[in-house]
Amino acid sequence: MLEEALRHFINPYYIQVLTLLGIYIVAAIGLHLITGVTGQLSFGHAAFLGIGAYTAAICTMQLGVPYLLALLAAGVMAALAGVLVGFPSLRLTGDYLGIATLGFGEIVRVIFTNLEITGGARGLAGIPRKTDIVIVYLAVVLTIWAVYRLQKSRYGRALAAVREDEIAAECMGVNSLWYKVSAFAIGSFIAGVAGGLYAHFLQYLNPVDFGFARSFEILTFVVLGGLGSLPGVILGTTVLGLAPEILRFGAVYRMMLYGVLMVLVMIFRPQGLLGGLNLAQVWRRIVRGGRPRVPAA
Amino acid sequence: MTWQMMLQQVINGVTLGSTYALIALGYTMVYGIIQLINFAHGEVYMIGAFVGLTAVLVFKANIFVALLAAMVVCIPLAVSIERVAYRPLRRAPRLAPIISAIGVSIFLQTLMLIIKGPQPVGFPPVVANTLYYIGPVRISLVQIIILVTASVLMLGLQLIVKRTRIGKAMRATSEDYDTASLMGINVNRVISFTFGLGAALAGAGGVLVGIYFNSVFPLMGVMAGLKAFCAAVVGGIGSIPGAMLGGIFLGVAEVFGVAAGFDTYKDAIAFGLLILVLLVRPTGLLGQPIQKKV
Repeated sequence: MLEEALRHFINPYYIQVLTLLGIYIVAAIGLHLITGVTGQLSFGHAAFLGIGAYTAAICTMQLGVPYLLALLAAGVMAALAGVLVGFPSLRLTGDYLGIATLGFGEIVRVIFTNLEITGGARGLAGIPRKTDIVIVYLAVVLTIWAVYRLQKSRYGRALAAVREDEIAAECMGVNSLWYKVSAFAIGSFIAGVAGGLYAHFLQYLNPVDFGFARSFEILTFVVLGGLGSLPGVILGTTVLGLAPEILRFGAVYRMMLYGVLMVLVMIFRPQGLLGGLNLAQVWRRIVRGGRPRVPAA
Repeated sequence: MTWQMMLQQVINGVTLGSTYALIALGYTMVYGIIQLINFAHGEVYMIGAFVGLTAVLVFKANIFVALLAAMVVCIPLAVSIERVAYRPLRRAPRLAPIISAIGVSIFLQTLMLIIKGPQPVGFPPVVANTLYYIGPVRISLVQIIILVTASVLMLGLQLIVKRTRIGKAMRATSEDYDTASLMGINVNRVISFTFGLGAALAGAGGVLVGIYFNSVFPLMGVMAGLKAFCAAVVGGIGSIPGAMLGGIFLGVAEVFGVAAGFDTYKDAIAFGLLILVLLVRPTGLLGQPIQKKV
């Protein structure tokens, strides 16, 4: 309905690109909560996206569940998987957790390839088209709002404390296991919902789309934008999500340019595009005409 | 399964595993020194395979010249990757060089896809298709060449690391980066040397796998790289004997998994083992436990 109206103003192809971008933003915010805010390295985020996508698709196609309820189910299934992955974070830290999540992601992909109900390696086709650009951007706004509120809350400060120094956080009475596991659960829930949106947008799912390449792609969105910065994640996803379209002039060399872009951004902004910036402060400085703020003596 | 079949599978597994080990060594040495998961390592291996293939196809080289050519080309490649994409990020946040490595890996994959196309290319028969029988067990000439080459290379590596000056510098740098540089070790040179060493092994591994499976293609480094990386972690990342052990362990497990009828789950075996080992021994079989400092 609303999308029909939009089609008069924007090229339908761009509507497609922007819809997919919105879905990626939601998924990336899920990882932002896990890796950016809580500091738990995850190389298997695409698995949660995949679990959500297949759950939602199976719900609507085989069980006749209404679309919105299917999205919720997708989130819940992904969250359960997130809890499963979150528990080893008690013993595994840093790179080792990343490696374990990488293994988890690949196992999930292989399982999708082998199960009957997911259509195996042929993939799952004929999913009804329910997602449109309006629903996606509603989800984007809702996710940004929810995660923003979460980060500003007591809970969010505890997550940041676990990221900065787990032992110190424990000493201050923060139960780090609970926060790590619940961050995994919430981040995976968000990714699962993104997966549900994805399934009902593309109408076709293939296990290959949820392998580690996709996981790294989402991780790149989060890191390149600025690890730990919510506006950074949105910017990073937008820049890299649109890059293949913008780089189209490069024809076959497009993905080579994409790789070069990743290296260059990291070399010149190792903290990410918006990493280490407080946007509110930057804004105030612009409003005040570029004068640095003098602290009161 | 009879014991003859078991023995046969062990031979196949050790052959496969020793190629994993060759790649895993590059991951483990680099991680040991600069704590970087070098995700572009699988692409170095892939390019090694293509160099070997070109040497055989164009220059009619024999297998040993092809191996040597791949090793010689991969060394400057990996050293320049380190120089361009990792060195500027030496003091950057942990994830920055990883993203840079993924960028390099995408770049190299696309480059080879453009030059060579996505189709796997077969290796011309550089090794006679001879089979030897030791009692009930069958072993092919290719397998013998792989096992011997891998053993020689790993032995050479051990000698370099344990017996030479630069090897001593490598061990010192991996023990403590800052102290090593205070002791007058040229850390940058050690790091370049480590990348070169790892790349030479990976390049040789690429040629051997190309001949073994008779196929070389631009994305061959992806799965092989990831599995080799698993092998490095299973063995204990940073530990050179660990990478060898992990590689062979993984190869044998995979071959037995397939023989037991889990062939469609083949790619999951390595990762399942990885998670199991990590849960039981978080730093791998031969890894040193991490000290938590407050």
